Parts: sequence; C-alpha cells; structure tokens
Amino acid sequence: MLYREALNLALDYAMEHDQRVVVLGEDVGFYGGNYKVTDGLYVKYGPKRVIDTPIAENSIVGTAIGMALMGLRPVAEIMTANFSMLAMDQIVNQMAKLRYMSGGKLILPLVVRMPQGVAKQLAAQHSQSLEHLYASVPGIYVMCASDSITAFHALLYAIKMDDPVIFLEHVLLYGMDFPFEYLEGFDPFRARVLKEGKDITVVSYLKMVHDVLQACSWLEEKDGISCEVIDLVSLRPIDFETIYKSVKKTKRLAVVYEAPKTLGLGTEVSARVAEELFYFLDAPPLRIAGEEVPIPYNRKLELLAIPTSERIYHQLLSWSKNHGL
Amino acid sequence: MSQTLAEKFYYLMRLGREFEIRCKEEYLKGNISGFLHLAIGEEAVHVGAVVGFGKGDIFCPYREHVLALARGIDPRLIMAELFGKITGVSKGKGGSMHLYEPKMDFYGGNAIVAAHIPHAVGAGYARKLMGEKAGVLCIFGDGATNNGTFFESINMASLWEVPVLFLCENNYYAIGTHISRSSALKEIYLKVRDYMPAVQVDGMDVFEVYEAVVEAKKYIEEYGKPYFIEALTYRFEGHSMADKGDYRSPREIEMFKRRDPIDILVRKSLKEGWLTEEQIRIIDQKVEAIVEESVQFSLSSPEPSDEELYRDLYCGVCSDVIP
Repeated sequence: MLYREALNLALDYAMEHDQRVVVLGEDVGFYGGNYKVTDGLYVKYGPKRVIDTPIAENSIVGTAIGMALMGLRPVAEIMTANFSMLAMDQIVNQMAKLRYMSGGKLILPLVVRMPQGVAKQLAAQHSQSLEHLYASVPGIYVMCASDSITAFHALLYAIKMDDPVIFLEHVLLYGMDFPFEYLEGFDPFRARVLKEGKDITVVSYLKMVHDVLQACSWLEEKDGISCEVIDLVSLRPIDFETIYKSVKKTKRLAVVYEAPKTLGLGTEVSARVAEELFYFLDAPPLRIAGEEVPIPYNRKLELLAIPTSERIYHQLLSWSKNHGL
Repeated sequence: MSQTLAEKFYYLMRLGREFEIRCKEEYLKGNISGFLHLAIGEEAVHVGAVVGFGKGDIFCPYREHVLALARGIDPRLIMAELFGKITGVSKGKGGSMHLYEPKMDFYGGNAIVAAHIPHAVGAGYARKLMGEKAGVLCIFGDGATNNGTFFESINMASLWEVPVLFLCENNYYAIGTHISRSSALKEIYLKVRDYMPAVQVDGMDVFEVYEAVVEAKKYIEEYGKPYFIEALTYRFEGHSMADKGDYRSPREIEMFKRRDPIDILVRKSLKEGWLTEEQIRIIDQKVEAIVEESVQFSLSSPEPSDEELYRDLYCGVCSDVIP
C-alpha cells in the first residue's frame, strides 16, 4: 500500500466512525490534497467536514484549536512543514499551552499533519526538516511515520488521542509502496526495532530509516558489521528505553537524520545516551546529519547537503573502524 | 430599559471596578505578580457585551477579569488565580491573563494579541456544525486589528458564515502607541465592513453597548453569520501594572475620566428612576464584602503541591468512539 493511501485510509476510517472528526487545510477538499492524502474524502463526507481553507496557516491551526475546544476532532493539514512556520504561534503558544495554562480544563483533541524533508530540487523554502523545533515543545506530542504501517496506525492513534499531536510525514514517502497489515494494540510511543543486530545501534526516523537500512545491509554484506536499526515513531516523547536497551547490547550509537546536525533530534538522543550509558559505550556517539546550509536547488549540491545511503555507509564504516570494530 | 437590567449593570460594573482596584493594591503588596492588566474605564464594554450576548462561548484577551466576573465566575476563584493558588480557576498555572471555565463557556484570556480570534472562528464553526445557534463572542483590542491573524479570521468567518460577534474594544492605544500611529484606518469598523455588518458604539455607555450586542446576537442567531462591533472606550490605568500610561496627556486622561462609564450609568439610572441611591448603597456594600472575601479566600488558600508541576500537561487518554 502506498504511504499516502495508508494516511488516507486512517483519515477515512476515523471520519467514518466518528462524526466529530473533520479535516481542514489548503486544497484538502475539492482538489484532493496537494499530495493526494485527502483524496476522495470531500466527495464522501462533504464540504462541512472536509474544509478547504484560505492560505492562512496561523488561522488554519487557530480555527482547528477552536473546533477542538468545542468537542470536534480536527485534523489540520499544513501543506508543508516549511509553511508551518507561519503557524508557530498557534502551535507553540496556543495548542501546546492551553491545557496546562487552564489547569487541565481545556481539552484539545487535535492533529496537525505536515510533510517535510528534501524532495527533489525544490530549493531551500520547500526542503526543510523541522522536527526538532516541535519536539522541543512541552505540551504537544510529535509523531512521524516511516512506512505505510506506521502511517496508518500512528495517524489513527493520533486522531483518537485527546491531546494535540504534530504528525510529520516525508514528501518522498508519499508515492512509495510498502507492505501493509493491520496491527492489534499498536503503540506509537514505542520505537520499532526494524532489524536486530549486535555491533551498532542506528537510530533514525522518517525517510532516513530506509537509507539507514540500505547502508546497514551493505555493512553486513561487505564488512561483516551487524547493525540494530531503530525507527522512532514518537519524537516527543522519545522512547529512550528501547534505545538504551539496544545500546547496552551493541555499545555503539549512531543517529541519522536529515536536518542540519546542530541541535537536531539526534543531538538530544546522543546526549542522553552519553549521560546515561557513558560507561557502556565503546565509541563516542555518532551523528550523521544534514549539512549546515539551506538546501540548494542544484541536484548535485542538494545531495551533498543531506545524508545518502552511500555516505551513511562510509561514515558508519570509518567510525566503527576507528573505534574497535 | 428595565430596572433589573440597570441594577445588574451597576452591580457587575461596580464589582469589576472594586475588584480591580483591590487587585492593584494586592499587586503593590506583592500578593499578585506577573503582568496585571486592568480594565478600569472599560467596564461598560465588558459588562454590556457579556450580559447582552447571554448564552454562548466567550473568547477574550488578557484584560479579562471583568469579563470573567460578568460571566458569573466566582470572584474568589479569580482572585485566587491571581494569587497563584491551587484554588484558582486555572489552579494557579495561568494567572491574571489565563482565566478559563469551559463549564460556563468561558474560554478565557489569551496573552498573544489576536491569537484567540481564530479560536473563536473555529468554535463558532463547530457550534454551527453541531446544530447549536448561540454563537461565539470574541473580544479584542484595537491593537489586534492590525495583526495578520485578525484579517485571516475575519475572512474565514465571513467566507464560511460562522456565527461570531467580533467585538473590538478600541481604547485608542496599543500599549503605548496611539491608533493614529499604528493603524491606517482610524475607524476600525471600516476595516471589516465589506465582510460583515459592522457598527461603532459609545463604549462608555453600557446601555448602548448592551443594545448593540443584543441586536448583533439576534442577527447571528437568525442568519448564522458574523457581525462586528467597535466600542469606543478608554483605559484609565496603564496597559499593565508595569506601565504608568504617561505617554498620554493628563488633559486627555481627565477628559475621558469625565465620561467614567459607571458615572454615566448612575446618572442615567437615577434620572430615569431605574436605580435609587439606597439600591446603590446596598450594592456597594455587597461588592465590598465580596471583594474582601475573595482576598481572604486567596490568602488562606494553599500553594500548588510540587506534583502539580507535571500535572495537566497531557490528558493521556484516547477516545473510544473509533474502534
């Protein structure tokens, strides 16, 4: 099942079973969504529940908050995470704060979905990864999906939750086909161990998970190095328990993410592991991440700015060689 | 205008005024801290709007003590919130700018200018979708009407036909900047006249505010569409306790104080026979006792326990409607 079909299925399922679920955003209705995630919902549920909005990101999230306060369960789509910068007030100052500031009186069952990441030559204002901004804010949950199984189950879970959720998708995943199955008791707050291994724990999320899996299969085939690959579904909170358990076994941690290295999510994961498991480690934690530049338009430069499976492979290899593997 | 209404206005406006004068004293004593924005001078707008609107949700900015009192929230719980006590209406976690009581449809104070305006639009959308007629009252200052979020929300409310009464309390100042230096249009209601019915009223006359709001409410309920009122008013104090308000001339302040909304109400009510001196005296005594009780209640209330730090951050529950 395509990634975007899995997201669509979650929305459709939720709207069918719960009249309170509404979808809103730019082009989500009549047009079917710029990435076709909401395709078909407008015809099935009508314009009152599948709401086309003006290009007004702050008020898209703002009106969704008002709807949630009244007992609806809105799922707002921001066309890309880049544009969500216009909604930072509503996300950071409002949806993350209202419950706490009201002493628990206000309830915000609200999901804000947005795709992020580098696609192909969309230039700096359409290519950012911004998860660390949201993952640093108490009061919201931040989830992301790396494949169709997580896309369906995590989004459905987010819609069912009575708390506000930022739900991150990756632009390059929408058209990708993944195996699909219905899972009982899916828990988005548990990181997924996608591949077991004994030498290195590699933590990643969203699209980078697939580049990591490729790099790790080369490491195994060519160099006999065995990696344990962990896919974070929840970025706030982070499932450190699963990470610690794995690192205690492998004694090495690498984190791979697309955003610039400085203050990215991997910085937090590395710091926590260094704080908690310093004496277990055989190597300093490694971050493989984006370069410290806006994403350039030129394809050659663009690919230099973010980790690729080849570079992940080479960096993991040289780092492990330098540290006793 | 009925006698009961005049009595109600006087009680709520006097309560608002005395409550806030006491807030100021308690702030200077150190019992209240942070930002404290007083609505002294603006009571006619707050009381006229809340009473006139009646049933329906209220969204408002940080200058909201009088709005909360007019909605009927227990003064003790409001004062305790200002004192930061666990008995406060927001458990001491919000303070003066964040009073909430969803059981009374009061969605309270917001400390980011214009940020609550889309909340009101979303709330109105939801109420209409659920088949409810009452609509939403959304109050904001003149400063908010220069903010992009305001224009976004006005557009959405009009486009989607959302039952919201937008009430702008124009006190002429965005903190220290006069409207003539911050807004290209001085008549704020003109900013939205192409989107929805929009009128301007004297915000120092509670009867005038009330009547305009009643009219607006009728329109909202009948047509399910938005409406805009600009109420001209003035704050007698600074923007907050941190602001002396001395960017305004003493002559200007004096001129507006001669139009004190409580004096206007009293003069009119005595003249029309809606209130007697005796009634006023009784209300004044009652208000004094209520305010004193709210302070005593707050002083004797406990601080939040350490466990409260992490409480109320998340619900941590899921709806079971979706299988």
